[in-house]
Amino acid sequence: MEAKDTNISALCTPAAGEGGRTGDWRDVRPVIDQTKCIPATKGKAACFLCWLYCPEGVVTMTIPVQIDMDYCKGCGICAEECPPNAIRMVREEDADE
Amino acid sequence: MAAYPITPQASLSEILSRYVEGGELKAEYVRVEGEHSAMTVCISASTVGARVFTATSSNGLLYMHEQLHWAAGSRLPIVMCCVNRGVGAPWSIFNDQQDSVSQRDTGWIQIYCRDNQEIIDTIIQAYRIAEQVYIPVMVCYDGFVLSHTMMPVHIPDHEQVRRFLPPYKPHTILSPEDPRTINSVLFPWRRENPQGVLCDGYMEMRYKLQAAFETARTVIADTNRAFAESFGRDHGGLIWTYMTDDAELVMTGMGSIAAEAVAATDMLRAEGIKAGVVGIRVFRPFPKDDVVRAFSRAHAILAFEKAISYGYEGALCSDLKAALYGTGVNAPIHNYVAGLGGRDVKPRELAEAGRNAVALLEGQTMKNETRWLNCYTG
Repeated sequence: MEAKDTNISALCTPAAGEGGRTGDWRDVRPVIDQTKCIPATKGKAACFLCWLYCPEGVVTMTIPVQIDMDYCKGCGICAEECPPNAIRMVREEDADE
Repeated sequence: MAAYPITPQASLSEILSRYVEGGELKAEYVRVEGEHSAMTVCISASTVGARVFTATSSNGLLYMHEQLHWAAGSRLPIVMCCVNRGVGAPWSIFNDQQDSVSQRDTGWIQIYCRDNQEIIDTIIQAYRIAEQVYIPVMVCYDGFVLSHTMMPVHIPDHEQVRRFLPPYKPHTILSPEDPRTINSVLFPWRRENPQGVLCDGYMEMRYKLQAAFETARTVIADTNRAFAESFGRDHGGLIWTYMTDDAELVMTGMGSIAAEAVAATDMLRAEGIKAGVVGIRVFRPFPKDDVVRAFSRAHAILAFEKAISYGYEGALCSDLKAALYGTGVNAPIHNYVAGLGGRDVKPRELAEAGRNAVALLEGQTMKNETRWLNCYTG
């Protein structure tokens, strides 16, 4: 807050949240069914197409796969690409959390 | 150096390409498929620390318009020549200044030259100005009238130029070790970044550009003074004047038309009319204080322009009126649109307009309208 923006043109450094908390933009959220997710069911590194295709880089390449809801914009690409259809897009107002 | 090599282009880019090819000019020459790309190449190269140049005219400049805003908003000290030509339609290749005047609000400094010596000297000055205030500079000169005529010029000495113009330091150094995103989206509000710095929003960034323009007036005047000291040629800072000390009738314009007004002044002086000229060398930033001083003793002002803001009057005339408003300078201002699409402008025509303005001072009231010089329809 005390530091002043001395840049004379718009600049930013790569850091989580540089674009603001873009999770606010979301209307629908991805919900993963771990009983269908390939890495979760096989217990080993597998497709991770959700991680690969996520344009925001908010999906982890871990077991289980996790999605950072602070920055997920809810685009639904992960759900579209998931081979076993383990990801469903759920309206925010219908989501459990 | 990036340029689109065919119409509308002046011999300028062609000759520079020959210098590069022959090894006389240490530069990379990028031939592009259009002026929009030419400016994009300049933006990219300037961002990573290269001193860049391009040149264009008329519709080529219009095609560049979007990238002109981008260059200014990125605060890149790009220098470009605009060889002033009329814009289509109807198609024209000849001189007027509608092209660059239409780019007035893109955030570029605009300097208008009146002869070939001033062009070469101004380009050198332009880099020094641009690299101090981080605003791109458009060096404008009249197509054909100056671009396709020859006059002997002094080519400044290389070492002397080097002393006058220190190496270009970009405002931001890019390196893979310290990566940055340039011109990411800025929001209507200010926002704290992940490092805890309250970052300026879009409006603050735009304010900084305007603030830099305010500083640029002094920088332009200082640069001209330093150039005159080093090279012995003084082209005027923001404006230049001719016989204005006792002038009652003051003619004004930008570029070669103002030089024509000098010849018209000599004619009028020979007839006993106290005429003078204020040449507007810098159109943006507008020399608001300089014009108030220069026109303070005028009884009548004539603004000759090779462009018009359609639906109103010449943009220079409007700006001039705005600068004089409330300053006590209440001389009538007569606006003349002249020389569009290469229509020849003769000093005797300007002198005649001057005589009419003097006649009107005697009792007659003047309607506030823009006259078209030497233009007859029907």
